[in-house]
Amino acid sequence: MTWSEMQPLLSQACTDTLTMVVWSTLIAVAVGLPLGVLLVLTDRGGLVQNVVVNKVIGQIVNVGRSMPFIILMVALMTFTRWVTGTTIGTTAAIVPLAIGGIPFFARLVETAVREVDNGLVEAVQSMGGSTWTIVRKVLVPEALPSLIASTTTTIIALIGYSAMAGTVGGGGLGDLAVRYGYQRFETQMMWITVAILAVAISLIQFAGDFAARSLHSRGARSGPAPRLRLLKAKESAAADVSKAA
Amino acid sequence: MPKPHAPVPGHTHARALDSDGNPVITTSGLTKVYRSRGREVTALDGVDLHVREGEVYGVIGQSGAGKSSLIRCVNLLERPTSGTVTVAGQDLTALAGRGPRAGRELRQARSRVGMVFQHFNLLSTRTVQDNVELPLEILGTSGKERSRRALELLDLVGLADKAKAFPAQLSGGQKQRVGIARALAGDPKVLLSDEATSALDPETTRSILQLLRDLNRQLGLTVLLITHEMDVVKSICDSAALMERGRIVEHGTVSELLATPGSELAAALFPVSGERTGDDRTVLDVTFHGEAATQPVISQLARTYNVDISILGAAIDTVGGLQIGRMRIELPGRYEDNVVPIGFLRERGLQIDVVGDEGRGPESVLVKEGAK
Repeated sequence: MTWSEMQPLLSQACTDTLTMVVWSTLIAVAVGLPLGVLLVLTDRGGLVQNVVVNKVIGQIVNVGRSMPFIILMVALMTFTRWVTGTTIGTTAAIVPLAIGGIPFFARLVETAVREVDNGLVEAVQSMGGSTWTIVRKVLVPEALPSLIASTTTTIIALIGYSAMAGTVGGGGLGDLAVRYGYQRFETQMMWITVAILAVAISLIQFAGDFAARSLHSRGARSGPAPRLRLLKAKESAAADVSKAA
Repeated sequence: MPKPHAPVPGHTHARALDSDGNPVITTSGLTKVYRSRGREVTALDGVDLHVREGEVYGVIGQSGAGKSSLIRCVNLLERPTSGTVTVAGQDLTALAGRGPRAGRELRQARSRVGMVFQHFNLLSTRTVQDNVELPLEILGTSGKERSRRALELLDLVGLADKAKAFPAQLSGGQKQRVGIARALAGDPKVLLSDEATSALDPETTRSILQLLRDLNRQLGLTVLLITHEMDVVKSICDSAALMERGRIVEHGTVSELLATPGSELAAALFPVSGERTGDDRTVLDVTFHGEAATQPVISQLARTYNVDISILGAAIDTVGGLQIGRMRIELPGRYEDNVVPIGFLRERGLQIDVVGDEGRGPESVLVKEGAK
């Protein structure tokens, strides 16, 4: 297989993966964040303690988390058809991906929010803050570095899940690697997709770490890490230059 | 009655001693029982507390005595199992409702009570100024007014230059100053201090206590603090209470406590020690408190009766021109020989306790003789 033959396949696969991962991440974050916060709030001793709600959400999250993605995808077909009107293609794959990502992200959010010092919650309560104020001004902002790290982990997990989207004709890089690299013995194609995935995942991880760290550094005891300081120094130097000009 | 926000010049220990100001914090029959896995732990066992307007009130006790539960019950961060809490004439327990969530009324009442914490509890993702603005955001103050007020408060606590810093860039003492500025943002009448100096070194502790004292005087702020450090009570409190196993076992103004024979708090606040040097000697604990203790009585005693007085130990502070504290002195001769000098000291308005292995027996004899 020549490069000119592979190139359109690869670019289509990249677009498909990107579409699936971006949309499913957005949905997973939008639904998983409130769910994760709710898990903390409704827990025993939480701000809006409600054991029943907590147990129900917890159970749903556990089932969602432990279900192998490929089974989830098949099991959700009726639902997918109801939402998107079809059970095949990239759009159809977004539904199970998002639903698989929600409990995954919700658990990570729960852990991140639980880490927030209860003293801060108490402080805002003593100022007369409502539960909503506490969520908005304390829990989410203080957990933000962890939440960003959780989002990174979720994106990477969803990239992994998206490889299985080929089963329902969702396309994407994983599908390409399976169909060409495995089934047609096009080893070259497989290595290229592997390389693209490796680079993409590294970049996402790096960007996520960078974002989390630069947010966290304000709260950290020791201040920003040396390398970040170097970057900042360069930035400010550049700013000075542009000002001078 | 002092106006809540007018500066109160000359407000000292002495003024507070004979002040009969209105109680601004009152708890009655406050009980808190924690239940976990079928076991019950009584943290508060019928606590009656009366904190008067404009005073600094210290609650002292060992960890586990219930101090933390008490201060958290005052603004209902903890729901008392029974009993009532009244702050500035408002019954907070009545506002609480039955559920664990705080309704609007309780939240409004809380915003009028400031609180500072042992571990500062500043939001790490906000600047110092934004931390101070947080209570104002909750109150719905406009942005411009928030920032004006925050800078004013930071100036008041001496941190005007740190407005844009993040808490992580501050020292412990500076963080607590931010905590205090934040607690004052809602213009509270009452400040609750939960071990505010316990995480600080002695030097910083002094400066934070000084700040609290200044705020108490300048703003007429009533301060209720809990601590396990006797020094805190000694350096800023007008009144104090000792907690043990969920109960207040002693309470009163510093002067009243000193006047109470056998007061554990007084003994801890003004510890005196020293053994008698011989059998034919009399050891006395002289307690100085109130208006009476303005004269140099010890030297008067020595001159008038021509006795040699040894000072074995003393713990005395002079506050507002009055001496407060205790001194252990030794006079030559047995009790019988010293009836007259002891009578002299009692006439001067001092409280005299005779120390010795004879116990309280001889002393009560002396008291009777003195009464004659």
